[in-house]
Order: sequence, then structure tokens, then C-alpha cells
Amino acid sequence: MAPDTLFQRITDYASRADPYPLYAELRESGVTRQADGSYLVGTYHDIAALLHDPRISSDSRNRSDQDTVPLLRRGTRPAAFIGFDDPEHDRLRRIAMRPFGPPHSPGRIDALSAEITRISDELVDGFRDRDLIDVVEDFAYPLPVTVICRLLGVPHEDVPRIHGWTNEIISSLDLTPGKDEESRRAAGLEARQAMAAYLGDLSDKRRDDPSDDMLSALVHDSGPDGRLTRTELMATATLLLIAGHETTVNLITNGVLTLLRYPDTFRQLRENPALMPGAVEELLRYEPPVHLLPQRTPLADVEVSDVTIPEGAPLILVLAAGNRDPLRFDAPDRFDPARENNQHYGFGSGVHNCFGAPLARLETQLALRTLLPRLEGFQLTEDPPPYRRSPILRGPRHLRIERVSGP
Amino acid sequence: MNGEPRSGRIVIVGASLAGLRAAETLRDEGFTGSLTLVGEEPQPPYDRPPLSKQVLLGRTRAGDVGLPLRREVDARWKLGVRAEGVDPVGRQVILADGERLPFDRLLIATGTRARPWPNPSEARLDGVLTLRTSEDAAALSARLDAGPRRVLVIGAGFTGSEIASACRERGLEVTVAERGPAPLVGALGGTLGAFAAGLQRAHGVDLRCGVTVTSLKGDHGRLTGATFSDGSRIEADVAVVALGAVRNTEWLAGSDLAAGPRGVACDAGCRAFNMYGIVTDDVFVAGDVARFPHPLFEYQMLALEHWGNAVAQAEVAAHNMVAMAPDRRPHLAVPAFWSSQFGVNIKSVGVPTFSDRVVIAQGSLREGRLVAVYGYRGRITAAVSVNRAKWLEHYQHLIETAAPFPPGRGAADRSEPAEPVPSDVPDPQLLSHGPTVALTGHLPDRRLTLVRHDPPPAVAHRP
Repeated sequence: MAPDTLFQRITDYASRADPYPLYAELRESGVTRQADGSYLVGTYHDIAALLHDPRISSDSRNRSDQDTVPLLRRGTRPAAFIGFDDPEHDRLRRIAMRPFGPPHSPGRIDALSAEITRISDELVDGFRDRDLIDVVEDFAYPLPVTVICRLLGVPHEDVPRIHGWTNEIISSLDLTPGKDEESRRAAGLEARQAMAAYLGDLSDKRRDDPSDDMLSALVHDSGPDGRLTRTELMATATLLLIAGHETTVNLITNGVLTLLRYPDTFRQLRENPALMPGAVEELLRYEPPVHLLPQRTPLADVEVSDVTIPEGAPLILVLAAGNRDPLRFDAPDRFDPARENNQHYGFGSGVHNCFGAPLARLETQLALRTLLPRLEGFQLTEDPPPYRRSPILRGPRHLRIERVSGP
Repeated sequence: MNGEPRSGRIVIVGASLAGLRAAETLRDEGFTGSLTLVGEEPQPPYDRPPLSKQVLLGRTRAGDVGLPLRREVDARWKLGVRAEGVDPVGRQVILADGERLPFDRLLIATGTRARPWPNPSEARLDGVLTLRTSEDAAALSARLDAGPRRVLVIGAGFTGSEIASACRERGLEVTVAERGPAPLVGALGGTLGAFAAGLQRAHGVDLRCGVTVTSLKGDHGRLTGATFSDGSRIEADVAVVALGAVRNTEWLAGSDLAAGPRGVACDAGCRAFNMYGIVTDDVFVAGDVARFPHPLFEYQMLALEHWGNAVAQAEVAAHNMVAMAPDRRPHLAVPAFWSSQFGVNIKSVGVPTFSDRVVIAQGSLREGRLVAVYGYRGRITAAVSVNRAKWLEHYQHLIETAAPFPPGRGAADRSEPAEPVPSDVPDPQLLSHGPTVALTGHLPDRRLTLVRHDPPPAVAHRP
């Protein structure tokens, strides 16, 4: 059966390579109720209003119909702070921020620069003489997973286990209904629990034998908000580990794909790396890793653009559609690293604004700086590349490039 | 102005934030004529917010808070020279060194200065300081480094409170004297004023409200202490006079402009009014020294001592200086400011003093994390967050769209609905330090009841 509602068409795998025409349709149709009762929002200003509205909850327990809670959240209590509202969200996030960023750990991310560059160099050296590269497998996946494991304190030899669990969890985020839906969900839940248990055990070890990583800091340091319980720590660390690399993989891969599609910009960036921060910002607008937020729920009847979204209704914010809203961005479908006033939703906005944004920015800038000079003479073997299934975390499953001329 | 607004001679008097941003905007917008900036202080433009925070905490030096130049402005800088007057007929700025600077268009961005201690002989005592300039901050910072036994802060507005906070963070004993009923009350009203008082006391400040300092005592020219209007006295080595700001308009006395103690009046496009209320076409004004009509606040003339206003207004003024009449823009920015003190971040949008009621819409005073929303006659006019700044964008939108007060229920972090209470914005005359936002038309709220001799019972004053 052909998908009929706009949301079904957006989540349909056939739309994954280019959902943008559907997003344009979404913006045109305004805030719309879908057949399943959910409300879909895709214009920049409506998204802004809802992301900053204190009456919009991120806690799935506020859904009036629990069956509409996406796979992402259902049955995964205790949630990490992403699934709570203030003040609980704020408390958990503040505690997690203490060992990660300002004001208590202002240098934590910058201190990773040399390490990120070193790992990138090693990866690039690994495929120096090859004529066929999978940017995902050979570079964009191993870099962030190594970095986030290093940051949290996960031993390098355990990275393959992390990879396995993450794949199960991400597969369970696929919103497309299918015959294996329940089994995918169960596998995702199991993987999440296994990862949480692993991180709980690891933090226990750090309690006795501290190191300079974030898990050690989280079990030892306590600020005015106190310390995370073991359960909270497991949920938080699981979130940081998954969100800390699954998104960056897509950001780096989407970056390479976009630059291969824009060879002039590719050349400019290679010749002038000072343009890279702007290019990464533009990438976050133009091809963001997180396309939609499926888990918001109004706590009261909320009016936006003359539509009343009823209390308890499923609310889906299509961030990537807002990023290409012509009412907000000039020539939104053009990739322009010099774009000014580029206040995109690549990291969301409001109180749930991406916790890991400083790391994602730095990592992607350094990754592309290292990688771009090595991609001279390469081209895509297929365009579009094969995509991963998830319409939420969108990115190529593989990005194969081949050498067409000498280095 | 002649037919070509992008050429000619522009003089900017005031080389601080507003003057610099205006100069950059003029060049951004294609002004190719001659540009002269006049500044009373000898050093290039610098940033003031860190002076009462990072500098006093010793995290940065007063000399290291220069403002970044966002572009080359290709200007002649006359620094360390006061402007002494404007010849309105000859269209010249007269400088203290005798030079006369002819202009085709003039921007006045002379800002404010610290209000001095009113008794000149007491003000001259060694240890009595003010905090406005980078030189002031360096001097105060050196005093704090020397480890005084007690610091007296006179006035508990934002500057005074931030100074007290820095002193406590450095472990120094500090007494704060405030003529009004609470710290920050002049900017934020009664509810957050009471919160600020609790915060100061919890951090060990000897806070004395409802009193004035009647005299500063000295011995051999050095400050030794102070006496208060309630008869009490303290010993102190350092006194910081934080009595608010005086607008630098005296130099415009002979200019025929609408310049006075409340600032230089202008229209929404930053064009100065002359003394007859007629708008000029070649004199513009921006920053702390300007007072302008704001539509969100019933076109009352606002004078704002806010960083963001200086930037936004300078950009509008500069744009209008080089734009043809139909392309001119109004300065409509929603006022906003922030402060950090005693471990909390306070941020405000709108004009909290333009209010009759206030409600805690999110969080609570008990948690120390909250959003207070202010209303005037049933519409939202301001919001102030304490450690909750990311929500303010929502409330700014409500202010801009004149949304009804109180805001709707259902905030995720507020399980108990809160009831609005009177905002208790005191008359500025009750404060030590003057308001950081001056509503220079009439004041809303209770000020109106002062002239209502027999209030009709049907119209409730405070719903």
C-alpha cells in the first residue's frame, strides 16, 4: 500500500535520499494534523515558537495516547535528561555538564583537539593507498566513536561491543511500520539495557580507580545539585555515548557528500581552512544529522499559526524542514559556507539544545580539515548513496568513493 | 543633508560601544566620506560589563577588556579630548583643545558617567571610589587586592550588587546600603527585589535597606567609615559609590537640542529633537544618552543603560544617517539586559518597571530558578529569568505580540499555578541609585493613583 499521509511519506524509506521536496510541502501546508492524530510542524518560526514554549513537554508520559509514543522512548525508563522536563531535566543536565563544559570544565573539549587530529590522521593514513574508500566505515564512524569513548572513559577494546549495541538501538528508531517492528523494538531495548549495565559497571570501576575521564568525574565530583544516582548515571552515560557519536557520523558523512556535490566549495575549503567553522555551521543547517523531534507533547492547548494543538497530542517538529524555510534563509536550498546569521536547528534550540554541540563542531571541523586534502581525485561511486533507515537520525549507511585520477 | 548620504563629513562624539558600532555600521553601509570619532577617555573603546564582574574577581585585567573591532573603520580618532559644545548654525563640534570639527551629520553617543558622591570633600577621601570606566575598575580592583577589612557599597542597583558579589566571592566583608526597600528593586520590582535581598544575605552581605549613608568619615584624608540615617555606623576602608549614572549632556547646553538630565530626546529613527521638539535631520543620538519613544511601552520615552540597546540603536542610527528617507528604519528592539551575581544569572526582556503585576510563571523563588513575567493593564510587558535564560525567547514573543497577562497555564516546570501579585515598582526617587531604565514620560502603575483623588470603586486598581 502506498503511504498516504505526509508524515508517512516523509518516514517512507524511499524518501530518505531526498526528503526536501516533502519538507517544502510540509511548510506549505502549515501545522497539520495527520491521520494518526499527530501534529507535524515544519516552518522555521513555528518550530521556534514551540521549542521555546514552556508548555511543550519532552516527557513521553504526558502523551494522552501512549501508543503514539515513538519507539525511541517507549519502555526506556529511566530516561536520560532528553526525556525529562525542567526542573528534573535541568538538574540532570547541569550535573552532566560539570565535567563537560563551562564554567566548571571550560577546557575539556578544546583539550581534545590534538587527540581528534591524531585519530583522524591515523584513519586517513590507513587508506592512503586505496582507490576505493567507504567514508562511513573507514573514517566517519570510527573517529567519533573513538573520541566519545575516550572522553567518557570506555576502553578502546570495547568499541566493537558499543558498535553492536548502537546498531540495534538505532535500528529500533526506524518509524516505518513493518513486520519486524516488535522484534526490532525488543532488540533495541535489550541493547540499551546491555549498554547501560556495561556503563554502570564501568563507572563502578572508576569509583575505585579514577582516571581523567568524564565517568570518573561523574562518580567523584559533586556540585550544588548533588551527584547522579547509579541509575541516573547509567541513563545519562548511555545517552552521551549514543548521541555523542551517532549524530557526528552523519554530520561528517553528510559533509563529505555535500562537498563532493559542490566541488567549488570543496576547493575553497581545502585552500582556506579558516572557512571551515562556517562550513560546518552551514552543514548543520543544510544536511543536519537530526531531521525531526518526534517526542514533544503539549501540556495545554497550544495555538501556533492559527492552529490549536490539543493537550496531550503527539507533536513532531521537523527541524530539517525549518532549516530550509525560505522565510528565514535566503536561497535555503543552496549550500553556502559564508552564510550570515545562520541560526539553524542543527542542534535544536531552547533548553534541550544539543548538549554535545561544542564537541560535534570541533570534531567535524577537524575531521573535514584532515580528510579533504586526501579526497582530491575521488568521486562518488553512486549518488545518492544508500541511506540508513531512520528518518530521525538521517545519513548514508555507506559513502563509497573511488579514485579517478592520481593524488 | 545633501543628496548623497554616503559621502560628506560625519562626526561621532563618544568612542565607546555605541560610537564604535555606529562607525562600523557606517562603513558597512557604504559611507565613504570622512569619519571622526571623539572620545573623552584616552584609550580605545572597551567593554564595560566585565568591569564589575571578571575584573573585580581578578580573572582579567581592566586594561584587557577592549572591544573587538569587527571591521576597519578608517576614521580619525580624537581620543582623550572632551567635546565642549555644538555650534548648531555653523555645524561644528567644539573640542576642549580648541579644535572645531565641521560636520554634515553628527552622532551623539556620549553615554553616561558615574554619579559622584554628593559631598565633594567626602568624595575626595582616599578609599572612596566609583565604578564606570576601566580606570575606575583598575583602581577598585587594586583596592580589593589589598584586602580591605570592609567594603561599603552605596546603592544596590545592578552595579552595586555585582560589586558586593565580587567582594563576597573574594571573601571580603561588605556592607551594602540601599535607600529603597531591596536590592535591584528599581529595575525588577518587589518580588525579585526580596529574592535578591535573600540572596545577598545568604552570601554573607551586611545588607541594609531603607537607609541612606549620611556621611563618610575620614582620618588624615583616608576613609575610615560611614554613618547611616538610622544612626548606625560602620568602619570601612573602601566605599564604592554606586548611585547610578548621570547622562553626559551638559556639553550640549548651547546646541538648541532637546538635551537635559534625562538624555537627548529623539524620534524612533534616532534623529535628535531640537529644543522646540522639532526633529533634526542631521543630528542623531544612540546609546545610554538617548531617550526614544517605544511602541511596546505606549511610546513612552525610554532611556536604557543596556549593552544590547547601545549596539542596536547605534546600528539603526548609523543606517539612518546614510539612508535616503524612505529607507530609514525605526529602533524597535525589545530591551534586554543580564547580570551575574551571587552565583546566579539574571536576564531580562522588556521593561519590568513598565508593569503593575508580576507572576512567577516558571520555577520558583525557593528553587532559585524561575521566570517572572510582568504585566501592565492585562498585557505582558517583561519577563525576568533567574538561571532560566533559555526560556526568555518565548516571553519576548509574548511581549512583542502584546499577549494577555497573566500567561497561560501549563508550563512544564510549574506544577502549582502561581497567582499574580503587585509588581511593586518603586518610584525612582526612593532608590539610591536611579533606575537603569528610565521611563521619562509618565510612570505606569501606582504613579497614576497619586493624582486620582477619589478613585471610583468599580475600577479595581489592583485586580
